[in-house]
Amino acid sequence: MTDRPIKVLIAKPGLDGHDRGAKVLARGLRDEGFEVVYTGLRQTPEMIATAALQEDVDVVGLSILSGAHMTLLPRITKLLRDSGLEDVLVTAGGIIPDVDVTALAEVGVARVFGPGTTIAEVADYLRTNARPRD
Amino acid sequence: MAEPAATTGGPAARAHDLVLAARDGDRRSLARLLTAVENRTPLAEPALREMYPLAGAAHVVGITGPPGAGKSTLVAALIGEVRKAGRAVAVVAVDPSSPITGGALLGDRVRMQSYAGDRDVFIRSMAARGHAGGLASTTGAATAVLDAAGFDLILVETVGTGQSEVEVAAAADTTVVLEAPEMGDEVQAIKAGLLEVADLVVVNKGDKPGAQRTAAQLRAMLVAGGGPKVGGDPSQARPRPKRPEVLITTAATGEGVPELLVALDRHRSSSATGPTDSARLARADALVWAIVAERLRERLRAPDQSDATRVTLAAVADHRLDPYAAADALLAVLGSGSASPARD
Ligand SMILES: Nc1nc2c(ncn2[C@@H]2O[C@H](COP(=O)(O)OP(=O)(O)O)[C@@H](O)[C@H]2O)c(=O)[nH]1
Ligand SMILES: [Mg+2]
Repeated sequence: MTDRPIKVLIAKPGLDGHDRGAKVLARGLRDEGFEVVYTGLRQTPEMIATAALQEDVDVVGLSILSGAHMTLLPRITKLLRDSGLEDVLVTAGGIIPDVDVTALAEVGVARVFGPGTTIAEVADYLRTNARPRD
Repeated sequence: MAEPAATTGGPAARAHDLVLAARDGDRRSLARLLTAVENRTPLAEPALREMYPLAGAAHVVGITGPPGAGKSTLVAALIGEVRKAGRAVAVVAVDPSSPITGGALLGDRVRMQSYAGDRDVFIRSMAARGHAGGLASTTGAATAVLDAAGFDLILVETVGTGQSEVEVAAAADTTVVLEAPEMGDEVQAIKAGLLEVADLVVVNKGDKPGAQRTAAQLRAMLVAGGGPKVGGDPSQARPRPKRPEVLITTAATGEGVPELLVALDRHRSSSATGPTDSARLARADALVWAIVAERLRERLRAPDQSDATRVTLAAVADHRLDPYAAADALLAVLGSGSASPARD
């Protein structure tokens, strides 16, 4: 069935204690017709990989503000690959410098959404790029 | 895609590979099978045909109640308790879909994060989606898959407001209805409906004032409510040994949770009586009727039949044919294998 909703995991790795942005995105994507699994604050890479695997999501969206993106995001993409989830689309949102965006692309973060990205833009990107499904 | 073995064969071969791997403990394959049954992909039928006969051993527990009562928190606390005993536990957490966009926000995992490293805990969120009668059959198929994969206890969390969600909980071997003390009088109406499906009633948030009073009120209501409802359509309501026990828990601290697990196990052993068990009949009913309906739709839309179906539907749309006559005509055509349209 091709018309089933795209399933997205929205997770917030790292230790900072604000998840307003992630929640707004989760609700916004729901309103755009996505099935959004929201896992909340302070996710370890292991928690994120486990959730992505058990939920069989099409997309993992990582919201990160803490500045620890260069340590956390590559660990998450590695864990996803090790779990056989290399076909899952991984995106990130947050304030990430351009040099890092390039480095992150190399480890499997397909797209970084900077501040000011609208939910409609994210939704369009996911609809176009989410992994092909059965 | 790194699934060379899985992508070479047809759906049956691919399903077979996934089933073998899932039975062997591969969680990724299990997750993919759950997706297949949830989305009714071509893998769903061969996978369920193989797995259903292997299922039937698990205890399926439905947990329902109003939003915010603490269902997810209680599920997390139950997982901890069950793991102390070394049993494998799976969760199916259902949240409503938006009828307008089809989207859903599945937030129950937030409270169940501490088990990421434990392979004997498997948590899956599911959107209720739209299709009538579909949720009960999808949930029934998902629990069969988890059951066949070796999970001994399967907890199904649903919101106790929508009718179909309540039916899903009621099709579990044991149904727990959760209430919270501070919810006041407005809940009386919800309670009356919800309590009918309860095998166990739990007042959660035992740390809040009023928990004892709420439990006492519920006990009084349940005594006044009287005996079992008998007869009727098994998909609508099932007769239960009434007078559900009323327990108090504080899911946030774990207080009362060991006692709840004991009560669940007791209910399991008192009601696990084989093929005529009414909860299992209700689940079978949902599964089979959904497939019958799907098969009928498929045949009526098959190339050799779809024109005739369209003509019949058009006749109903123009009020030249009443819908009962149309339904009978379509069924008769299927029965005779002929593809002539209903006469108007
Ligand atoms: N005080 C108190 N709060 C609780 C307890 N159990 C859950 N909660 C809180 O109730 C809210 C809703 O809990 P949740 O498990 O998401 O409820 P659900 O919607 O029924 O799944 C959360 O803020 C929980 O922290 C409890 O035993 N005591
Ligand atoms: Mg919940």
